Amino acid sequence: MADSLISIKGLSAGVDGETILHGINLNIKRGETHVLMGPNGAGKSTLGNVLMGNPVYELEEGSILFDGEDITHESADKRALRGMFLSFQNPLEVPGLTVDAFIRNALRVKNGKPVKFMQYNRELTETMKILGIDPSYADRDLNVGFSGGEKKKAEILQLLMLKPSFAILDETDSGLDVDAVKTVSLGIKEYQKREDGALLIITHNAKILESLKVDYTHILVKGKIVASGDASLVEKISKEGFEEYIA
Amino acid sequence: MADIDFESMEREAYDFVDEESEENFYRFKEGLTEEIVLKLSEEKHDPEWMREFRLKSLKIYEELEVPDWGPSIEGLDMDNIASYVRSKSNMVDSWDDVPEDIKNTFEKLGIPQAERESLAGVGAQYDSELVYHNVREDVAKSGVVYTDMESALTGEYADMVKEHFMKLVPPTDHKFAALHGAVWSGGSFVYVPKGVHVDIPLQSYFRLNAKGAGQYEHTLIIVDEGADLHFIEGCSAPKYNVANLHAGCVELYVRKNAKLRYSTIENWSKNMYNLNTKRAICEEGGIIEWISGSFGSHESYLYPTSVLKGDNSHAEFTGVTFAGKGQNLDTGAKMIHIGKNTSSFIDTKSICKSGGVSTYRSSVYIAKSAEGSKASVNCGSLMLDSISRSDTIPAVDIRTDKADVGHEAKIGRISDEAVFYLMSRGISESEARALIVSGFANPVSKELPLEYAAEMNNLIKLEMEGG
Repeated sequence: MADSLISIKGLSAGVDGETILHGINLNIKRGETHVLMGPNGAGKSTLGNVLMGNPVYELEEGSILFDGEDITHESADKRALRGMFLSFQNPLEVPGLTVDAFIRNALRVKNGKPVKFMQYNRELTETMKILGIDPSYADRDLNVGFSGGEKKKAEILQLLMLKPSFAILDETDSGLDVDAVKTVSLGIKEYQKREDGALLIITHNAKILESLKVDYTHILVKGKIVASGDASLVEKISKEGFEEYIA
Repeated sequence: MADIDFESMEREAYDFVDEESEENFYRFKEGLTEEIVLKLSEEKHDPEWMREFRLKSLKIYEELEVPDWGPSIEGLDMDNIASYVRSKSNMVDSWDDVPEDIKNTFEKLGIPQAERESLAGVGAQYDSELVYHNVREDVAKSGVVYTDMESALTGEYADMVKEHFMKLVPPTDHKFAALHGAVWSGGSFVYVPKGVHVDIPLQSYFRLNAKGAGQYEHTLIIVDEGADLHFIEGCSAPKYNVANLHAGCVELYVRKNAKLRYSTIENWSKNMYNLNTKRAICEEGGIIEWISGSFGSHESYLYPTSVLKGDNSHAEFTGVTFAGKGQNLDTGAKMIHIGKNTSSFIDTKSICKSGGVSTYRSSVYIAKSAEGSKASVNCGSLMLDSISRSDTIPAVDIRTDKADVGHEAKIGRISDEAVFYLMSRGISESEARALIVSGFANPVSKELPLEYAAEMNNLIKLEMEGG
C-alpha cells in the first residue's frame, strides 16, 4: 500500500497498562474520507490520539506510516508538521492565548516564516464567516468560556486554516445541536472541496455525514475493526445499531 | 497577545558583562561604616539635612534585625558589598556624550531606541549614578519635572523633595529601608503639576553592572491634583558569582483625583538579593496602578504597598513572578484602606520551575474608617514541574463590617493534555509550554506597552529554556 497517505499496521496500544486497541490495520489514501464508528468505549478516541502521538498512550505493537515514512515514534508536533491534524473531542482551554495568536503561531511554525498579515487576516475572517463564528472570537482566549458548539467550530476553523493533508475528527459532532452539526459538516465539506486531503471521521451518528462524501466505513468494537464497508454501512448502523457486531 | 517570535530572540540579551576598568570607574571599598557613609555624602555634595539623615539611618540599620520571616538572606554579607560605584564621567543629556562602554550596554538593552520611539523621557542609571537623563521638550514645557534625585535635592524643588523623602517609607520601616536611607544613590524625581496629563510614558532604566556592589536608587514621584502619569521602570544586571544587592526605594504620592501607573520589569541576574521597597499613597479620588514583572534575582522580597488615604481612592496591583532554579521569590502586594469607599484589586500570577520557590504574600488592611470599601484578591500559581514550590500567604485584616472583601487563590500545574493539544498543531513541546505560561501571565503583559510586553514574553521564554 505504498500509495496510502496513512498506513496503520497491527497497531496495539493502551493506557496505564491496559490494552485498548488490538492489532488495528487501516490504510487511507489521499482524497479519501473514512468513517470510524463504534459503541462507547470501543477505543475510537484512543485510535485518534495514538495516531496523533498523544504521549499518554503506550504503543505496544505495530507501526504507523505517513506518506511511506515511519512515524510510529514521532512526537505530535513532528506529525503535525508532516500534515497531520486532530480535531479534539474535548478541545483544551488555554487562558491568555487568543484564537488568532494560536493559529498564527501554528501557521508560522508550519510554514517556517511569519504569516503575511493581510492575506492571513482576510482568510481568517472569511473562514470564520463560513463557520458562523463571530469575528470577535479571534481575540478571545482559546476555547475559554466557549460553548461545546463553539469549541468544535474553533477546531474546524483550525482545520481550514492549517490545511493538513490528513485530519482526524474525533466526535466533532458530539453534544452539538442540529444547527451546529450542520455548520460543522459544512466546514468539513469545505475541507474536502479545497484540499486533496484524507479524513478519518470518528462519530456516533450519521447526521454529520449526511452531506459529506464518504468512501469507507469501519466499525470498531473492543479495540478491533470488526467490519469495513462503503458509505452504506453508515446507514445500516443508523438503523440497526452495533448489536450485530457486539458478540 | 502579541505574536511571539521565538526564533529571533537572543539568550544573551541581558547576561553580557561589560568589564569595568579602574581607569573609568570609581568604587568605594566594600562594607558599611560611618566613614563610608560620610564619604558618600561628601562625594554627593549632600545638603546638611541629608548627611544627618544618612547617619541617622545608619544607626537605625545597625539596630534593626534582618527579617526572619521570608527567604533566608544569610548569603548576603554586607562586608562584601560596595555601596557606591560610579563612572568617572558626569551625567549628560545626550546619548552621544555617554561614555562608550556604558552606551554600549544601554544600546544592547535597547534603551536609546525605546526613547526615540515611544517615551516622553528617559533616565538611565549605571551602578550608583544616573549617566543620562532627558525629557522631551513638549513634556518639559508643560511643567513636568523629571530629573535625577541628586539634582532634585538642591534644585528648584528642593523643599518638596525634603518634605517627601522617605516619609512614606521611613528608615525605621525595616532594616533595608534603613540601609537605603544611609547609602541611597541615584534614582529619579518626577513632579507632574496640577492637571497635566503626560500622554506617553516616562522611563527609568537601572543597570547594576558592577560586581559585588549594591544599588540603592531612590525614586520619588509626585503627581499633583488631577494629573496623570505612566512611569516605567526597567532593571537588569549581568551575572556574577558573588552576591549583589538591590535595595531601592520607591515613593509615590498621588494627589486628589490624580492617576499614576507604575510599571516595572525587573530582570535581575541570579546572584542578586532584591530587597526593594515600593509604596504609594493616594489622596481623595486618586488612582494608583502597579504593573509588575519580577524575573531573576536569587532572592526577592517585594510587596508594593498602596495606602488609600483619601476617600474614593483606588489601587490596582497586577503582577507576575517567575522563580526558576536556585531562586526564592517572595512577592505580593499590600493594600491599606483608610478612606471611605476606597477600593483595591490585586491580581497576581506566580510561576515556578526547576526547583524554584515562589511565594505569594499579601496583606489587605481595612481600617475602621474605611467604610464602604471593597477589596479583591486574586492569585494564581502555576508549577511547571514536581520539584518546584509555590506558596500563597494572603492576610486580610478588616476593622469595619461595612466592607466587601473577596479572595480567590488557584494553584495548578501545567496540563500535559493542553501541551499535547498545542503540539498537535505543530508547535514544539517547549514552545507549547512557553505559550501556556505566557498566556497565564497575559493579564500582566497585556497591561504593558507593546515593547515591554514583548520583552516580558521573551523573558518567560528564556526562563522556560533555562535549567
